[in-house]
Amino acid sequence: MASILVPEVPAPGFSFENCQRNAFLANKGFPAPTATKTGTTIVGIIFADGVILGADTRATENTVVSDKNCQKIHYLAGNMYCCGAGTAADTEMTTQTVASQLELQRLHTGRTVPVETAATLLKRMLFRYQGYIGAALVLGGVDRTGPHIYCIYPHGSVDKLPYATMGSGSLAAMAVFEAGWKPNMNEEEGKKLVRDAIAAGIFNDLGSGSNVDLCVICGTGPAQYLRTYEEANVKGRKQGSYRYALGTTAVLKQRVIPLEVTSVNICCPQPMEVEPSHSRR
Amino acid sequence: MLSVGGNFPEYAVPGAKQVRFEPYADNGGSIVAIAGDDFAVIGADTRLSTGFSIYTREQKKLFKLSDKTVLGATGCWCDTLTLTRLLSARMQMYEHEHNKSMSTPAVAQMLSTMLYYKRFFPYYVSNVLAGLDADGKGCVYSYDPIGHCERSNYRAGGSAGAQLQPLLDNQIGLKNMQNVTEAPIPKEKALALLKDVFISAAERDIYTGDCIYILIITASGIQEEKFELRKD
Repeated sequence: MASILVPEVPAPGFSFENCQRNAFLANKGFPAPTATKTGTTIVGIIFADGVILGADTRATENTVVSDKNCQKIHYLAGNMYCCGAGTAADTEMTTQTVASQLELQRLHTGRTVPVETAATLLKRMLFRYQGYIGAALVLGGVDRTGPHIYCIYPHGSVDKLPYATMGSGSLAAMAVFEAGWKPNMNEEEGKKLVRDAIAAGIFNDLGSGSNVDLCVICGTGPAQYLRTYEEANVKGRKQGSYRYALGTTAVLKQRVIPLEVTSVNICCPQPMEVEPSHSRR
Repeated sequence: MLSVGGNFPEYAVPGAKQVRFEPYADNGGSIVAIAGDDFAVIGADTRLSTGFSIYTREQKKLFKLSDKTVLGATGCWCDTLTLTRLLSARMQMYEHEHNKSMSTPAVAQMLSTMLYYKRFFPYYVSNVLAGLDADGKGCVYSYDPIGHCERSNYRAGGSAGAQLQPLLDNQIGLKNMQNVTEAPIPKEKALALLKDVFISAAERDIYTGDCIYILIITASGIQEEKFELRKD
């Protein structure tokens, strides 16, 4: 029994308490709502000085676009970023969890955390949940052993590749990489190739769309997060005006609550004490 | 539900095996039609797609049935082709028999009958018919896949129909507004509104985009117009 003296410790991990009820409701013809998917194009390549990650910015709920400019390149550590495809919540929560573990590891060891550590943490977490965490990831980063790109699938399998694509637009993007990727490209060539791969996904895959995001991570200096590197699609210009004249919306009900002012009290707030008074005794 | 037999064939047990027949495809696309006093405009996007891929970016989905009647059809594209082919044939037969071309209301009624004829294996098509009636007034007819028919002055159909119709209700039907006077919609405004609603549809519906192909039906004939939409 939980009390003030013995507080109930929340159980770690997920809560499954509603599973039986939801299955029952689904059987009665009330299916659970669908999750937002990032039906996505995400890519990563290795170039001469590091890695480049790329992503589109469309999120969908079935056939409806739910977010026209969402972020799919997630922060893991100063030297690593991770693109996420699949269930939007899963990709976000997984990368956040691992990011915090990596930061603790960095503080513990006092070194830059290797990219392989992140790949291992991610694959262990995903494997533990047997594919029910729907996150397909492209992890990219640079450490003392050089640049690395990892492809991590929802069931926990891992590929270590020089160039990788994921998501519903992965075929379109991979076609561009297979035609254009070569070892030791310079930064400009690399960015162009990644842009082209994402654009191929945006235009040829209906699950991907809107803009191109890039992230360049070099061995030297901080990562460059290039949000909206290119606005691949511009919204059409409307011809008509859809402003309503004043009084168009009907007022259905009106009620006035009179507030009687009985006394007025003005007090000036005291400036906040910056140093605690009893800090040095 | 996990199907053990499907994923692991070596564990499959002998017994009844169900083979599904899936005769329908959803090829997406949207239609909007607006009727005025002496004209009707109808527009459809030109994207033909399935699942997450695009078949073509330039498929016209409007069919000129006569110089006063245009049909817009989206849904299962093969059903659209069959239905429109049959419709044209039936219209030609009418012409030979009666020595005059079919009026738009007559075509509308015939389409309803043809759809209901396939009540238990329907054409998977969202139809919107636009044209001029016998008095030269603009008219729009909309259908469900099994032949329910309704005449109105404006209608949206297809994959983004549910997103477009409320905007038309507000802007043309003047719904949910007070202090507004009803007036017949001029052709220029109808055309601008049609383009604007498609711009909005292309923002949110993944099956609507690339281009719209517009037909403007007046007593003097049918004019064509094209308008670009976003391509992602």
